[in-house]
Amino acid sequence: MRLAMAGDGAAYDRCLRGMAVRLRGGVRRAIMRAGLAASDAEDVVQEILLAVHLKRHTWDAARPIGPWLAAIARHKTIDAIRRRGGRAGVPLDDVVDTLPAPSEEPAIRETELVRALERLPAGERAAVTAIAVDGASFSDAARKLGTSEGALRVALHRGLARLGRTAHERT
Amino acid sequence: MKTDDLVRALAADAAVRERPLAVALPVAAAAGLAVALALFAVALGPRPDIATAAQTLRFVLKPVEMGLFAIVAVVLAVRLAEPGAPVRRLVAGLAAPAGLLGVAVTAELATVPSAEWGRRLVGTNARVCLVSIPLLAAPVLVASLWALRRGAPVHPAGAGAAAGLFSASVAAALYALHCGDDSPLFVATWYSLATVLVVAAGALAGRRLLRW
Repeated sequence: MRLAMAGDGAAYDRCLRGMAVRLRGGVRRAIMRAGLAASDAEDVVQEILLAVHLKRHTWDAARPIGPWLAAIARHKTIDAIRRRGGRAGVPLDDVVDTLPAPSEEPAIRETELVRALERLPAGERAAVTAIAVDGASFSDAARKLGTSEGALRVALHRGLARLGRTAHERT
Repeated sequence: MKTDDLVRALAADAAVRERPLAVALPVAAAAGLAVALALFAVALGPRPDIATAAQTLRFVLKPVEMGLFAIVAVVLAVRLAEPGAPVRRLVAGLAAPAGLLGVAVTAELATVPSAEWGRRLVGTNARVCLVSIPLLAAPVLVASLWALRRGAPVHPAGAGAAAGLFSASVAAALYALHCGDDSPLFVATWYSLATVLVVAAGALAGRRLLRW
């Protein structure tokens, strides 16, 4: 994560994937204990990763990353459980696994993020879709969408920020 | 969308970076303070005898105490908006300025005859104090909350309350230059009451505005 904060995109990618692996098991356990369907867990993992991204400037590189990630994961998990009408007050000490469990991402699902994506303004939606789902590079996506790379970067950033905001505003 | 896809988009957005709150909050607060200073200059202004008053311990203690509160509170507000950051020692640190005020009150009670206590506590400016401190605090509080929205407070009301304490302390340090009541008995009563109002406003606003 320290490398990632210094602007190393590849390190950041690895770091986020590592977090997803560590989060999956604990989030699923918490969700099930709250009486919700295990299939909601991946939505919550995605929400946590989005929050990690949007709030990464609140991590002080002089501090260990563990407590920071754990606090975000707890906060987002409690929020998600409450929103879905699950049982509150579930103990959540272990949302982040210390050892990465061999957990795979579930294969085909219509995620909550997809529904949130559909509500984005067209430009931002196109940018997020091109980079995320199609896996295009900025230059390819910009050419395809008939815009500049800079504008695309801005649209992607705004789109992700809006996804993060709409997550907790859903009731 | 698969988590894999999401990670790809997040990594592509890695270059955009925001300033840490330890920078963003003081910068925003400085803008709020500029507005408060303008309000102070227009509506209140320093007391006419400030040059002689500045040579008395009672007067000097006021901005010093309020300044200490402001420093601890601003660090606390930043920490409360950083998930997992340690805050316990800072909360305990609030005891330092509170203790200083307590010592000043004790000293006042010991040196001033008890017949004087009531008059000093009520003072001459209580109502102006109760109105001015929240009014001067308002721009600082608005600016602080705006900066804190970029943070990630796990307890939004708590972070809002800390921002309220910070704003009220800054406002009180400023108001102290106008206020003619220097007795610690007055400060402990009316400044505190005004501060509680702003802290409550900060907590309420924080609960609504600082969710994420």
